[in-house]
Amino acid sequence: MTNYSNLLSLIPLLPILSAVILLFSNPSRLWVSILAVGSITSVALISSFLNYVYWQQTDFILKASLGNWISIAELSISFGLYLDSLSLVMITIISGVGALIHLYSTGFMSQDKSFKRYFIYLNLFVSAMLFLVLADNLLLLYLGWEGVGLCSYLLIGFWYQDKNNNLAANKAFLMTRIGDTAMAIGLFLLFTHLGTLDIQEIQVKAHTVWSLSDNTIASICCLLLLGGAVGKSAQFPLQNWLPDAMAGPTPVSALIHAATMVTAGIYLIARNSQLFQLAPDVLYVIALIGTFTLLLGASAAMVQSDLKRILAYSTISQLGYMFLALGVGASASAVFHLMTHAFFKALLFLSAGALIYSLHHEHNIFKMGGLFKKLPVVTVSFAIGCSALASLPFTSGFFSKELILEQVVASGHITLWWAAVLGAFITAFYSARLFFIVFLGQAQLSPDTTPTKSMSLALIILCLFSLLGGVQPSGLISLMPPLHADNLTNLQHWLPIILPFIAISFAWWIFKKSQFGRTHTSLLQGIHQLLKSGWAFDHIYQTIFIQPFKYLCQLNQYDVIDLFYRFIEKVSCILNNTFSQFQNGQLRSYNASLVIFCILAFAWFISGELIK
Amino acid sequence: MSLFILLLIPLLGGVLAWFSQRFDANLPKRITFISLLMCWLPLIPLFHTMLFDGASLKKSQWLINESFNWISIFNIKAHLALDGLSFLLIVLTLLMALVALSAAWHEIKQRTGFFYFNLLWTIAGVLGVFLAIDLFLFFVFWEVMLVPMYFLISIWGHENKHYAAIKFFIFTQAGGLLMLLSLCGLVGIHYQQTGVLTFDYILLMQNPITGDFPFWIALGFTISFLVKLPALPFHSWLPDAHTQAPTAASVILAAVLLKTGGYGIIRFVLPLFPEASIQLAPFMMLIGVIGIIYGAMMAFVQTDLKRLVAYSSVSHMGFVLLGCFAFNIYALQGAVMQMLAHGISTSALFFLVGMIQHRYHTRDLNKLGGLWINLPKLSAFGLFFGIASLGMPGLGNFIAEFLILVGSFEQYPIITVFATSGLILAAVYSLLLIYKTFFGKVNSPQNIKIPDTNTKEWFTLITMCFILIYLGLHPQPIFDLVPIKLMNIAFVSFSMGVSL
Repeated sequence: MTNYSNLLSLIPLLPILSAVILLFSNPSRLWVSILAVGSITSVALISSFLNYVYWQQTDFILKASLGNWISIAELSISFGLYLDSLSLVMITIISGVGALIHLYSTGFMSQDKSFKRYFIYLNLFVSAMLFLVLADNLLLLYLGWEGVGLCSYLLIGFWYQDKNNNLAANKAFLMTRIGDTAMAIGLFLLFTHLGTLDIQEIQVKAHTVWSLSDNTIASICCLLLLGGAVGKSAQFPLQNWLPDAMAGPTPVSALIHAATMVTAGIYLIARNSQLFQLAPDVLYVIALIGTFTLLLGASAAMVQSDLKRILAYSTISQLGYMFLALGVGASASAVFHLMTHAFFKALLFLSAGALIYSLHHEHNIFKMGGLFKKLPVVTVSFAIGCSALASLPFTSGFFSKELILEQVVASGHITLWWAAVLGAFITAFYSARLFFIVFLGQAQLSPDTTPTKSMSLALIILCLFSLLGGVQPSGLISLMPPLHADNLTNLQHWLPIILPFIAISFAWWIFKKSQFGRTHTSLLQGIHQLLKSGWAFDHIYQTIFIQPFKYLCQLNQYDVIDLFYRFIEKVSCILNNTFSQFQNGQLRSYNASLVIFCILAFAWFISGELIK
Repeated sequence: MSLFILLLIPLLGGVLAWFSQRFDANLPKRITFISLLMCWLPLIPLFHTMLFDGASLKKSQWLINESFNWISIFNIKAHLALDGLSFLLIVLTLLMALVALSAAWHEIKQRTGFFYFNLLWTIAGVLGVFLAIDLFLFFVFWEVMLVPMYFLISIWGHENKHYAAIKFFIFTQAGGLLMLLSLCGLVGIHYQQTGVLTFDYILLMQNPITGDFPFWIALGFTISFLVKLPALPFHSWLPDAHTQAPTAASVILAAVLLKTGGYGIIRFVLPLFPEASIQLAPFMMLIGVIGIIYGAMMAFVQTDLKRLVAYSSVSHMGFVLLGCFAFNIYALQGAVMQMLAHGISTSALFFLVGMIQHRYHTRDLNKLGGLWINLPKLSAFGLFFGIASLGMPGLGNFIAEFLILVGSFEQYPIITVFATSGLILAAVYSLLLIYKTFFGKVNSPQNIKIPDTNTKEWFTLITMCFILIYLGLHPQPIFDLVPIKLMNIAFVSFSMGVSL
């Protein structure tokens, strides 16, 4: 098996190697594409091969080490890679979707001046993401974790001349950094109590050191890790960086902000699921966060007019579903939804990118319309993407979302189930709204170019995945607890299947009356505004955190402590000035001071005598 | 003799550089370059021992130990010794001296001879500080590095140089005076208690003094090192000095002069006064964490690029203080690593600011912007070092901060949580720096073609990049070099403190 572990160590190294070569050389565009796409494609091939090898196996483990990192006293950390069914699913998604998006990008970015810089960042991202999911210890995972954050930051602000892009990039980095810092503290706590950062050891040791009855510290650890997950996966309360992150190039949004990086939080919790089992309260919190976020995201997606923002809010909402699944203890179905979501959301983003590419960077859906005749490939892929998102039967999204809903019922959280079903209704509604407005109705803008061949190819492959992605590797199935479908009532079984159709019909009805984008009463207007701003979280954070912090810092711009030293300086100067007055070189003032001194001395002497 | 030779080379080179100006204004920098290269010669045999001969490292703390009688009445010796810690800091000093030279090469045009004299003498002073094992000699070198630095700032500095130079001098002199007093106190009490008059570090450590005095003497030493580090509330000389100093001096200040503070604590305060240090530790941890947050918040509101970097130093050096007083082997290793990594990343940032100022004649963040458009290479370096200073994993700074925090967490969880929030604030100011300088549109009129990095600058910066990546990915050799004995002192004394 050693030869496989060599293969495993190649996986995260190939992309970074290609990034380094690109950084230090100056190849033509063709070679940049070949190198960048080639490296990720090789990784995709390697992971498909590993999938082929392990297809029937359920509890395989493949390890590789890239050397030692830190070894002091009891702290011993290596660059160890760990492949099991969970990480195999993750690397397959990352490399597969990654390769397609790289391929697509060669077309999408072909006009851009910074072609090479783009692919360096993108390759670096894939490498960091692969390190994240393959890491066998939390510190290496943290390296990947911060690495993907950095690449996300760089790619959101890729078009750096526009101030808004940079602000969005900063916001994304800082908000996720808040979560990361919580996670770092979690790492310290885990190390202090368990004496290791090895992920598998943590799972085992946690159960010996802590127990369900004595789980305060375990809960704190889980909450802190959750902090990291919430930040990366754009969940409440750190969700509002994701819509702004759409400032980056669209393939980036597809890869980083839909398919891979934002799912890192789900991966983290799924990876540490045994640790989280010790903290049922935290699991419940996760479920609540997921439910709240899925409703928040879906309702905000309903009223957006920017194509990419709709998809961004939709991503937030779908990630909410995954969190809900994690919260009810169904991490395998969360990962399954992660996979199907990666396919159909990447498809949606890439189709959106193709639209934007053909329409001169137009993002507003209300300026589009009737595009189905002119852009057939994009229309078909959008239709498939939207139906998977709305979880119409037999698409990949259907299988995974159904599974999550069933698991929620099985866990007994009926309220959460109703919320999730409501979310599913809204999801289908906004998917239909998006599709109708953009592709049906009256033609407005007409496309001036059509997507390049590489873009179309990537779209077609992703279409297939989105339709057929419901096939699960047996490794993933093995992670799932057996389902008790007979526990479901008829209502619970059929409602989620029928509901999307109702939602679509409802959307069609509103669309026919051309009521989208219009609000009549001021109350509706207000709600519309509130939803559109993502429930005004930006505003809230601005007033509670950012403004006071800025004010506090501004207040102290001149360094209060320095004032003390400057005060000493001032006093010395004043004393100096005062005393140098006497040193004025005029004989008469010297004389006068002599006389005054004598008088005073004499008076003092006399008064002393008198008192005696 | 090799350590004395190591000290003599820059001292003599400095004198030579000063006199050579009479013949040619370009000669001093060449002489400086040659003497800095020659400084590496005495170190070459050490590299072999350090890197491949782990056994001799374990055998004794000192790899080279040289001593001569100097002032025999007071039993003061010219005692130099080198162990892993001083070796690391000396390598850092010599590397950063080359960086400083690279920065000064085109920037300094007036009185070049005297400039390079001061530069070399500062470096000699720093090397002496890292090598001196006799406390009196240590104090002498402590002063030697200050006076030339004063001249560097006050002669070749920027708009407000005299103020900054005097402030720097008064602060550090006050610290020096305190050190002299504590030093005499230590030696005097040691003489009273043991009857042996010695300034020798090793002897003083063997028979530690007892009673109430150690606490006050330790406090005196600590404060004089805190001024240098700098820690709150003695930090306020630093923003002025860094900002006003010429680039070369800023590089030396940030890279090595600040490190003498951390070195002093690790070398002298912790081993000589183990119990007193444990008593001091909670206050020092508190000062450290306040420094981290305060420095970061100050950095956030600066409009002067150099001042921003200077305040970020205050924040980063807070981590060193945290690491020193956590009494934990991870934290102490982290503190050493932080000194190295901060030395490189911050001096690289000062170097970059110098380059920007040389090209745009401004350091005002509101006037800069959009540098990436014309200077992609310089900006990419700026991005790299900005990212390094916010503690990106994979670079040395992260290893350092991680170890310090993980080490401090055990004893001081709450303080550590606050210190960790410094990571968020570090991201705030680093991103602000990157965003305001390199991104966005060009603010100033762009009629003149401004050149990107030249070969020398590129080479300097890329070397620093590689060192930071090396420290971040393969820090183990550094950990192995830090003397186990020094680590154990801190560790054992802490367990002692607990049992007391």
